[in-house]
Amino acid sequence: MSLTTDDVNKIAYLARLGINAQDTESYTANLSNMLNLVAEMSSVNTDNVAPMAHPFDTTQRLRPDQITEGNQRDNFQAIAPQVEEGLYLVPKVLD
Amino acid sequence: MQWETVIGLEIHAQLSTKTKIFSAASTAYGAEPNTQACAVDLGLPGVLPVLNQEAVRMAVKFGMAIEAEIADYSVFARKNYFYPDLPKGYQISQMDHPIVGVGHLDIEVEGQTKRIGVTRAHLEEDAGKSLHESFHGSTGVDLNRAGTPLLEIVSEPDMRSAKEAVAYMRKIHELVQYLDISDGNMQEGSFRCDVNISLRPKGQEEYGTRAELKNINSFKFVEKAIYTEVERQKEILEAGGSITQETRLYDADKDETRSMRSKEEANDYRYFPDPDLLPVFISPELRAQVKADLPELPEAKKQRFVTDYKLEAETANNLASSRPLADYFEALVKSSGCAAKICSNWVCVELSGALNKQNLSISQSPIDSDRLAQLLQRIADNTISGKIAKQVFEAMWSSQDSADTIIEAQGLKQITDSGAIEAIIDKIIANNPGQVEQYLSGKDKVFGFFVGQTMKASQGKANPGEVNKILQDKLRL
Repeated sequence: MSLTTDDVNKIAYLARLGINAQDTESYTANLSNMLNLVAEMSSVNTDNVAPMAHPFDTTQRLRPDQITEGNQRDNFQAIAPQVEEGLYLVPKVLD
Repeated sequence: MQWETVIGLEIHAQLSTKTKIFSAASTAYGAEPNTQACAVDLGLPGVLPVLNQEAVRMAVKFGMAIEAEIADYSVFARKNYFYPDLPKGYQISQMDHPIVGVGHLDIEVEGQTKRIGVTRAHLEEDAGKSLHESFHGSTGVDLNRAGTPLLEIVSEPDMRSAKEAVAYMRKIHELVQYLDISDGNMQEGSFRCDVNISLRPKGQEEYGTRAELKNINSFKFVEKAIYTEVERQKEILEAGGSITQETRLYDADKDETRSMRSKEEANDYRYFPDPDLLPVFISPELRAQVKADLPELPEAKKQRFVTDYKLEAETANNLASSRPLADYFEALVKSSGCAAKICSNWVCVELSGALNKQNLSISQSPIDSDRLAQLLQRIADNTISGKIAKQVFEAMWSSQDSADTIIEAQGLKQITDSGAIEAIIDKIIANNPGQVEQYLSGKDKVFGFFVGQTMKASQGKANPGEVNKILQDKLRL
């Protein structure tokens, strides 16, 4: 399977990645190669194999419902680019 | 053409755990911004989610209450989208293996019972809150809510009217509170709803194209939004147009729905299993434990109230619709020893009325069931009349005093001593010869005048039965 440069641009958009136009060709080739590898794996007959949701064959450990995290706002906000009244500020967004 | 409305609901109920679904930060409402957002909630690099067992237990509890299949094996998936109140760039949700499978719930509309299918219910995390006002062109983000556990309950498209949709929503609302898995607080956003609506010509099997109305947080708005959206779709279809599958927003101020996103930018969420979380295994022990803890459900309680207390179906329904209210009623019956009918009357009429007036819930009632029980006992043992009891009730409402203290202090004890009543009546007869004349000449209605005067003279304290008896004796002469 091979991707087109349009596919790559769409993937980049969905991932919110800015890519250089000159790199699109090489990304297209590399991503196509990965898909080819997946296609090769797909050719293996897995009819009687249940899909795994995780490579580890074990189950999730659960946590008791107890508050152990305190307020560390000042520490976290010290590395934030912009804060005001305890809020993180980001460029204006409206959905 | 006759159209049939087809409605399905997706309800988000915030689970009342102490901590978030994947972090040990508090979920308490109303804290200072970002003081309850830890490294996991902020999506900082290198952190890992650890699932809250209480959230799992609550989801299983809900599943059992709607007689749903509970998955042995459940998987968390990433739903990818970009928005500043979702710092990881994905929401952890469930896709292929939700924790709760197919179940059902019965609703009642206009005396008819209808079964509504529940397709699934899954666990997911809530996003933070964006504040768009007053940050000089920027958006402020509060991540306290990020990571709060939600149970998304998806119904089958089984509802055919706004009334049915609201009845179903109310039933789920009642149920999650009953199970003690959500506070159901709609003002605080703990319970909200997306509505899928489509129309089809009556008799047609196939569903029409649907529109989704997002995030409605009141029963009234759900009903209004459905009416408005149905009218919009009908107009388009009858003009020969077609409905666009899209997400719409209901604007309550304008009473209209409008498009949120156009089709070209339809979201591509790229779901995939979250590699940070292993599959969840629901053990037989957990199932057994949850099953043992399951409270009596509203429907069963209602039936029991009708059978055991001989209440009318409507009253039983009223009382059973809220667990604290039902508990209050039963505690009252038990501690007062009075007839269930009298207890239910006081709870449904006097108490509920007074609570509604001040917008209080039953758990905030200034009069607890023990205090009210004493009041009812005083009616039962003829210390006071039902009318005076209402006066005592009002006094109890605004003080901490017991019924007995108030009756004593205000001298409200009923006069059952016939000698005392006789003395009052003699005086009234002597003072109103005109009315006595009228009565004796056959005007029976005047009798009421004498009863009224006697009650007034006794400040309502004379035993009404006694008054009637004595008056009849005296006026017969």
